[in-house]
Parts: sequence; C-alpha cells; structure tokens
Amino acid sequence: MIKKFIILIFIFIPIKALALIEVDITRGNLNPLPLAVSPLSIDETSRKNFEQILDKDNIGSEISLIVENNLRTSGLFNPLDKKAFLQAPDIANLKPRFEDWNLIKAQALITGKVNFINDKLRVEFRLWDVLAAKEMMALAFTTVPTNWRRVGHIISDKVYERLTGEKGYFDTRIIYVAEEGPKTQRIKKLAIMDQDGANNKFLTLGNELVLTPRFNPASQMVTYLSYFKNMPRVYLLDIETGTQEVVGDFPGMTFAPRFSPDGKKIIMSFAKDGKSDIYTMNLETRLVERITNHPSIDTSPSYSPNGKYITFNSDRSGYQQIYVMKNDGSDVKRISFGNGLYGTPVWSPRGDLIAFTKLHKGKFYIGVMRTDGTGERLLTENYYQEAPSWSPNGRVLIFYRETKTDSKGEGFSAKLWSIDLTGYNERLIKTETDASDPSWSSLLSN
Amino acid sequence: MRLNKIFKNTLIVISAGIILTACATKKEVAVDKETPAAPKEETKKEEVTKIEKIAGQMQGDVYVGTDSVKYLADGVADRVFFATNESILTTASRETLRAQAAWLRENSNITVVLEGHADERGTREYNLALGERRANAAKDYLMTYGVSSDRITVISYGKERPVDSGSNPLAWSKNRRSVTVKAN
Repeated sequence: MIKKFIILIFIFIPIKALALIEVDITRGNLNPLPLAVSPLSIDETSRKNFEQILDKDNIGSEISLIVENNLRTSGLFNPLDKKAFLQAPDIANLKPRFEDWNLIKAQALITGKVNFINDKLRVEFRLWDVLAAKEMMALAFTTVPTNWRRVGHIISDKVYERLTGEKGYFDTRIIYVAEEGPKTQRIKKLAIMDQDGANNKFLTLGNELVLTPRFNPASQMVTYLSYFKNMPRVYLLDIETGTQEVVGDFPGMTFAPRFSPDGKKIIMSFAKDGKSDIYTMNLETRLVERITNHPSIDTSPSYSPNGKYITFNSDRSGYQQIYVMKNDGSDVKRISFGNGLYGTPVWSPRGDLIAFTKLHKGKFYIGVMRTDGTGERLLTENYYQEAPSWSPNGRVLIFYRETKTDSKGEGFSAKLWSIDLTGYNERLIKTETDASDPSWSSLLSN
Repeated sequence: MRLNKIFKNTLIVISAGIILTACATKKEVAVDKETPAAPKEETKKEEVTKIEKIAGQMQGDVYVGTDSVKYLADGVADRVFFATNESILTTASRETLRAQAAWLRENSNITVVLEGHADERGTREYNLALGERRANAAKDYLMTYGVSSDRITVISYGKERPVDSGSNPLAWSKNRRSVTVKAN
C-alpha cells in the first residue's frame, strides 16, 4: 500500500510539472500570465475576398486583436507586444520555435489561420504551452464572414476556459439603458451591444422612459419597465423580431422584472396603495401568482439558479434590507445585518453568492455576500453606483456609476463599469452615450 | 360605513402626527449637529449667507422653501415634500393638501395625477416603490378631506425626474416630493 502510494506521487509530479500553465482566477490578478497572440495568418486571395465583403484590410489581424483585447480586459492575461515577435504568423501556426517565444517571456502562444472557402469564413487556431513546448488545443470554425467578431470572442472563451478551467464570458452581449439630455429631462432608450462595446444598437426610440432591462436565459428576450402612455408597466421584448408586449398589466405600477432561470416566468413588483409586493407571471399560461403579502416595499426579486429560492429587497424592518425566501414566498429570512442600507440583490449564476448595492454614510458600494448573509465583501466604493449584474461564469460584475453634479450644474455622467469578484480589475466600459442598468447575457455559443 | 372610513383615516392621520412629532424632535438634534451654529470669525460672509439660506429652506431634511413650487390656484401649492426614505406627511404638507382638497371640492370636474418622486440617493427600483408610497400618502390625505378616489390617479417616477439637478442636500430635499397635477 505504502509502496503504491509512493509510486503514485512519483507519477503525479512530472505530470503536474509538465502542465505548466495554470491561471488561478480566485486570486487578484496581480500577476497576469504573459502570452503572445500571433496574428492569424491569411493567404492573399482570402485576404482580398474578405476585404471586399467586410471592408477590413486584414481580417486575420482583426480577429487576433479581438482575442488580445478580451484576454487583456479579463485582467488574467498580459498579451505581449507584437513588435517583439520573432516568428512569422504562418510558420508559427505550423510549428512554433518555442525558444523564440520563450525569449520574449511568453508562457502561452495563440496561432492560427483564416481561409475564404465557399463564401464562408474558416478559422483555425491553436493554443501552445511555450515552456512545455506542447500544443494544448486546436480548433476550427466555419461561419458566415459577418460573424467574424464572434469568432474572435469564441476563441477567447476557449483559451480562457483551457487556461483557467472555467467557462469564459466573451461571446456575450450587454443590454442597457442609453441616456442623453439634461438630468431633469433625461431621454432613455434600450440599447444592446457586444460585451466589448462593439455592434451597439438602440432598440427603442426614446419616446418613453424605459428602465431596468434584463435578459432571459436564452438571451433572446428582454423584460423591462416602460412608461408607454405614461403607465409604468413591465414589458417583454423579442430582440430578433422587435415585438413588444405588456406582461404586467395590473391596476397599478409593475416594475423590477426578471426572468426565472427556466425562462418561463417573470418575477416582478406590483405597487398599489403605497405598498409593493412580489408577483410572478407564467408566460405560457399567463397565470399570476402572488409571492409576498406585506405592507412594506418588497422589490428587486432575483431567483437562485436552481429556481428554488428568491432573494429580494424589503423595508419591512424599517429600512431597505436583503431577504431570502422559498419560491412560494414561505420561509422569509433577512440576510443583511451590516451597517447601512442594502438593495438590488442578484443571485450569482454559480449559486453561492448574492451581489448587492449598499448605501452607508453617504457612499455607495457594490458587494457580495453568501446566500445566508455571511462573508460580506465590499468590492468598490463610490459617490453613486448600483445594480450589479453577473457575467455568465459568475467571475465579473457589471454595474453603473453616476458622478456628482457640481455647483455649476455640470459634471453629471452615468457610465457602465465592471469589476472582478476578487475586487480587482475595475474597468470603464465605453459606450456611445451615457449608460445605466446593464444586464449581462448568457454565453451565446452555448 | 363612510363615517367609519373617515374615522379610520383620521385615526391614521393622528397617529401619523404622533410619529411625526417624535421624528421632528429627533431630527432637530441631528440638524444642530450638522449646521455650524457659531461660524468662526474668519469664515467668509458669503458662506454664512449660503448656510443661512439653506437652513431657512429646510426643516430637518424636509424642504420648506418655495423655489420649485407651482400653484393650482391662488394659495394652493401643488406639491408636498418628504424626509429621506420617508413618506410621512409633515404639518406643512397636510396644510398644503387640505388647501388642495378644498380647491378640488370646489372644482368637482377636475381630476388630478399625483406624481411621487424620490431623490437620487437611492437604488432605482426601491425609489420607484418609494415614489408610489409618497404619492399614495398624499392621495389618502386628499381622500380624508372629501376628494373621491376616482378623481385621483397615482404615478411614481422614482428618481427619474428630479426638479433640481444638483447633488447636494437642498437639491435632494426639493426632489423628494409628491406633485398634484391637473389631468384635465
């Protein structure tokens, strides 16, 4: 027995020593992994064909650039400067000269090539472990040329997954509220964009106030609040067809909508006679179910990923706090007990955490706590920020931040930001206009 | 039945009054702490005037000025203001609403929308609910003074439609409001 154990250890160590690249995403990204993204090579005929269709000089370089940007933004990787690369892209993809890549301190290398075949875009790529001098992964995709950005995102997700052991979040979209105009008469439109800010599209014209859009699990539908005809009600929008319908047509305001994890129900608040309670509507049967019944304000409901529990915001204790209950409304428990007010609870897609907004001594925080309220951790502090939304892998939170209006009446802005669960890697997400109420889609390629 | 309802509403108003008195005492203490009672001599005159001006426009953190106020009729102010996170009507608010009720009783063809608002220092969804609660507090009071509920519609804008875009306590106090708007 002892002998066997020793042998096992001996076998185990060399294997571990060989698998050199491992990125720990549970810690702060103080030491991002240096890697080289060699531009995808492309033959002259393919290059010209894509130039005609896509109006891009070199689609291979463009796709590589997307991969590079994604990996850099994650904070876990440090893509090296291309000027230092010694090997030509086409040769590197056949067989990298690992000494060369080692010399510039790249630990991983991404190579690949692009072809124009039967009017389609064919991309193959390889991930190499430079120190172990080994291929880690090789994949090929064929798609319509206009999908080229998504190919870049899918490659990024594959690399991220191979190196961290967890699914990525790059082939995703963000739905948000685009804002313009003075604070007292703000014009708000629904807008959608790729996770990296590309392909921005407005989905409403701005004729009526719209707020808090949220994706369904399939990321095809969006539920949101619209003041259409000056009646604040919950609506449903099909992104592909553009069809809109009211789903919360109650005799009063319906708001704070979200989908259930199976996409079959919408959970929302209904306000009447000064009290707000939580209701669900089954989208197939249109059956309405009352979940809470309390004279307080109950709002911002969010399901656990298995659909069995609901976290929500209530002021039944006197001030805004976070609660958890069973999906039928029973067994209500308060989970936030720290100093200050707590709002906008959102259950993590991994199920273990609830993200929230906290207001304490005039400052706003985005934080997370376990689902029983223990282990509260504040990730970022600011003048005003709220409404966190999880990346589909539960590693990043996106939220919006507003700045102060100064004494001259200037300086106000609303922007989207993201931060890692670790509390590191805080980033501004660039948008064409001011922006708020972001909601992250699931992985589109799943 | 109707008498019963009036009696019940009055009770609510009375109890609200009691709560308010309790709050008022508490808040005054808080104000004393925040307002520099004896500004040092080297403080610029401008600052002193500014502080006095703000102090004159707020009681506790409830707005009592007239900056944004419009009038439905002579002497009938269109809005009432609230303390942070509160929907309790102050003595001044109740006076304003009684004047509105009297005017509505005289003009029985007029219907109104009560627009409830919150300041920017709260989460969006909670503020929507809070605006609704504030407008309903005003609605209940109007009903107590004889305005029928079918003449009143309530809408909440949460923090979406501030009247003062400033990021300071005075601006926020103006934004925590319920506004009575003629609907016809």
